[in-house]
Amino acid sequence: MRKLVYLKNVVTLKIDEAKCTGCGMCLDVCPREVLKMNGRHVQIADRDSCMECGACSRNCPAGAIFVEAGVGCAAAVINGMLGRKDSACCCSVDPKTSSPNKSPGSCC
Amino acid sequence: MSYTVDPGLYALGKPDDSSPVLVTANYKMSFDRLREALPERDAWILVLDTKGVNVWCAAGKGTFGTGELLRRMEASRLKEVVKHRSLILPQLGAPGVEAHFVKAISGFRVLYGPVSARDLPAYLDAGMKATPEMRRKNFPVGERAALIPIELVAALKAAFIAIPVLFFISAFTGREGLLGNMSTDGVFSIASILGAVIAGTVLFPLLLPYLPGRAFSTKGFIIGILTAGVLLFLWGYDLHSPGGLIGAIAWLLMISSVSACLAMNFTGSSTYTSLSGVKREMRWALPFEIGTALSGFGLWIVSRFMV
Repeated sequence: MRKLVYLKNVVTLKIDEAKCTGCGMCLDVCPREVLKMNGRHVQIADRDSCMECGACSRNCPAGAIFVEAGVGCAAAVINGMLGRKDSACCCSVDPKTSSPNKSPGSCC
Repeated sequence: MSYTVDPGLYALGKPDDSSPVLVTANYKMSFDRLREALPERDAWILVLDTKGVNVWCAAGKGTFGTGELLRRMEASRLKEVVKHRSLILPQLGAPGVEAHFVKAISGFRVLYGPVSARDLPAYLDAGMKATPEMRRKNFPVGERAALIPIELVAALKAAFIAIPVLFFISAFTGREGLLGNMSTDGVFSIASILGAVIAGTVLFPLLLPYLPGRAFSTKGFIIGILTAGVLLFLWGYDLHSPGGLIGAIAWLLMISSVSACLAMNFTGSSTYTSLSGVKREMRWALPFEIGTALSGFGLWIVSRFMV
């Protein structure tokens, strides 16, 4: 299956190459192959594949990665606009009523 | 029925003080997938309290997070149970955990394992090394299909409110008398609503990679237009009278906008949309969908009174 890519040039991901120590932790945690190692530091290789999960910035010991992390969920955005908490998002499905067939990771 | 597991430290097989420690969420399915992936292996399983939510979603919310991990390690006295100092976390838990912080506080090094538990044996056998394939999160057809029931049922609930309204309007407008209107336009309005629901919640997720466009609304709109076209064709909709033509355009607009809106709903459960992207999409898609749906409805009402 070819890689699914969302909108062009919208994500907030930024890398401060001066701070990057090249430890490679971000490469380990990124599930979308957004970053690549370029000699001594990391670069953005495929910006549009980023889903802003925030795994890279949270696990960067040098604080070299910035991303406004969040869940790309229309229902949550609408609820936010209406001033409600994001309770209608699929990610907060009540465990008692949620479908047992839902595979972990397939949600949000 | 409960889908949670009590948080804490569990033994898989007969682990000793050198066995690996695997961390997971207390969603029963996460726990079971992990256990089933490691038949006849000895390991410790540390279950975090994520309120019964899976790893990925809990990490996004921070319940599968640094604080809970440190607390649970402390509560289960992990330091006394194993003599090594490393933990294997699912890669999709990374958005909630700061590995360097865990190391600084507890002395335990966090290793991110594969995305899928089924790759764990290969990961362990390779000396905790994941291949690029193990690190990749795709959105394959099986996962997309698994989302259909929940979205379909939710959409059908709304459809069962819309159906009587449109059926009623069909019955009391038009040119063929009450029963005639019911059996023609009334039936077609039911078929159209169901068609829109099927386009947006069944065809859209299945055909996602093959539909043109990047925004979910664009893809949903296109599959909606196609579905509407097929419905109008199969029904043999009268396109020769002005009223019929306007009616057909009205259905195209209504079916495609409903389909687009239902498609947009999948952004939350897809595994490749970003928050910035969803906000960008919604800025144009939401007004567009509402505008299209309302103008379609308006045109349809007009067409009902045209000769």
